[in-house]
Amino acid sequence: MNIHEYQSKALFKKYSIPVPEGYVVSKIEEVNDIVSKLGPNVVIKAQVHAGGRGKAGGVKVVSSLDEATQVSSKLINSNLVTYQTTPEGVPVKKVLIEKVFNIKTELYLGMLVDASSKSVVCIASEFGGVDIEEIARTNSDKILQKSIHPVLGMQPYQARQLAYGLKIPASLVRSFSSILMNLYNLFQDNDCSMIEINPLVITQEEDIIALDAKINFDEDALFRQKDIYSMRDALQEDPRETKARESNLSYVKLDGNVGCLVNGAGLAMATMDVISESGSRPANFLDVGGGADENKVSEAMQIICSDSEVEKIFVNLFGGILRCDVAARGIVMAAGKVKMPPVVVRMLGTNADAGRNILLKSGLKVKLVNNLAEATKELKLS
Amino acid sequence: MSILVNRETKLLVQGITGREGSFHAARCKDYGTNLVAGVTPGKGGELFQDTIPIFNTVEEAVKETGANTSLIFVPPSFAADAIVESVDANVSVIACITEGVPVLDTMNVYKYIQEKKSVLIGPNCPGVISPGENCKIGIMPASIHIPGKVGVVSRSGTLTYEAVGQLTALGIGQSSCVGIGGDPIIGSSFVDILKMFDADKNTDGVVLIGEIGGTKEQEAAEFIKSSFSKPVAGLIVGQSAPPGKRMGHAGAIITGSSAKASEKIKSLELAGVEIISSTSNIGITVKNMLDL
Repeated sequence: MNIHEYQSKALFKKYSIPVPEGYVVSKIEEVNDIVSKLGPNVVIKAQVHAGGRGKAGGVKVVSSLDEATQVSSKLINSNLVTYQTTPEGVPVKKVLIEKVFNIKTELYLGMLVDASSKSVVCIASEFGGVDIEEIARTNSDKILQKSIHPVLGMQPYQARQLAYGLKIPASLVRSFSSILMNLYNLFQDNDCSMIEINPLVITQEEDIIALDAKINFDEDALFRQKDIYSMRDALQEDPRETKARESNLSYVKLDGNVGCLVNGAGLAMATMDVISESGSRPANFLDVGGGADENKVSEAMQIICSDSEVEKIFVNLFGGILRCDVAARGIVMAAGKVKMPPVVVRMLGTNADAGRNILLKSGLKVKLVNNLAEATKELKLS
Repeated sequence: MSILVNRETKLLVQGITGREGSFHAARCKDYGTNLVAGVTPGKGGELFQDTIPIFNTVEEAVKETGANTSLIFVPPSFAADAIVESVDANVSVIACITEGVPVLDTMNVYKYIQEKKSVLIGPNCPGVISPGENCKIGIMPASIHIPGKVGVVSRSGTLTYEAVGQLTALGIGQSSCVGIGGDPIIGSSFVDILKMFDADKNTDGVVLIGEIGGTKEQEAAEFIKSSFSKPVAGLIVGQSAPPGKRMGHAGAIITGSSAKASEKIKSLELAGVEIISSTSNIGITVKNMLDL
């Protein structure tokens, strides 16, 4: 789960990680007040979850109240389109207005759960300001890493090593180290899966400040992170993804036109690949899960059908705990509620014959196939 | 022969009185698994299906029944505790089916278990089945399996069934099938399982099924190249998945170029693995590879 930059910075503040003085506004009238507090030189940052804000015009430095008002009014209640969003973009409901600084050095600082070392890893580079993949391409020898032992936690010597490695001025080593120690505590306390500060800057005045803040949280831990969960902003997500989550379905919107309904995440990914092999493109990832009943399958079908791009649907089920006859009834149920494009169905496993019979007798436009090779042929769009 | 579970397996089920736990404990028992105990705190002294004793603690269950294997169905918030309880009771093989365990919990458990003798499979996995031994600890549909000499190891549940279904349809039986789990951090990696298959006289070849996210398949490729003596057929799914989006499994997310399907396929290919070009070709690729 993602949160907004202003929310991440509020968490930073709570953990004594220095952030710029700034205020979040949702109404133009509030801009005046804030500029009089911060002075005319401010940066205005659209609060959206998508990356690539800067290039898309979502981050602007201004130098007068007029300009600040103008930029804010243009951003608030607009839709921001970045390379990470759909062509419609994501809604901007708030902007963050912050003081600007005279930057001397831009650093990269990140922390994430690393599956190969089975620990939280801290990543730092003296080449901040561009994304980490870019640094890896151009300056891979300038990426420093420290693996943190889950029981011992971040050790002060590790923080010092990173500080020296980044050539932090001697006067700032202590404050840099304490930022790292605090960041690790924040990570642990809040079940983060990733924190990124890019850039972490050293100013001309020799202050060290987190200019940006991005935090991802472990979806699986939200049950014990109620405060974090309450920060979820459904407006930033595809409405179908929100609906799916509420129905306990795992759904991701993609940009193709063949929808798919599958049980199990691995088989769902394989099904997307099969659709691609046919020359079409998958419209979504959807795992109905093992314990799905008729209603859940029907709900899943309705979500797929609500995507106007979908021209065909591939139902690929390997019945185990999920019974194929139950799924078939769910499909028929959904057809009674929404307009359904032609459906290609492959059912195997528990009660597959019964499932196929239900579909055949339903009068729906259903093509039954026996294996994935047959499905590939059927999924070609004319 | 087989790996991890066999006729010597004495199974205890943690969370045996829950909906999932009781359903699957019964299925395991029906298949022939020697189910000896259940554990649910507060239900000690009761019986499961009128015959299997239920205990309050794993320690007690092990002491009274000699259980050596545990299958876990507790909710995510209790999973780490359940695993450690079994580790501390010296249970040799622990399979945690529970999906949605916080990754920081699994991380701690993983570090702890390194100093112990127990083997952890999962979490977020379908479990293990050895068809020739009539033993399964997990949620896989038993009927699709037949005894034989091909090992299957996969990060996914239903995709494992798909693979097994295709093998069985061609008359190719399985020695053991292991679902290692879809989370970013899991108790046993591909490499751990491959080592076991290498040592198993009844396994002639292996099907390895990976997916996007992390570098587990690359680690497997390194191991296969340097130390694995049997033929391997490999399938990687998620080639059409976009970066930055979690595809159901917590571990199935492209966060960098090494997490992409194409990179994983490249590594496996370089390690001499027979690449399965499409999910529909799993069975036939294995048949050709092993000259069956």
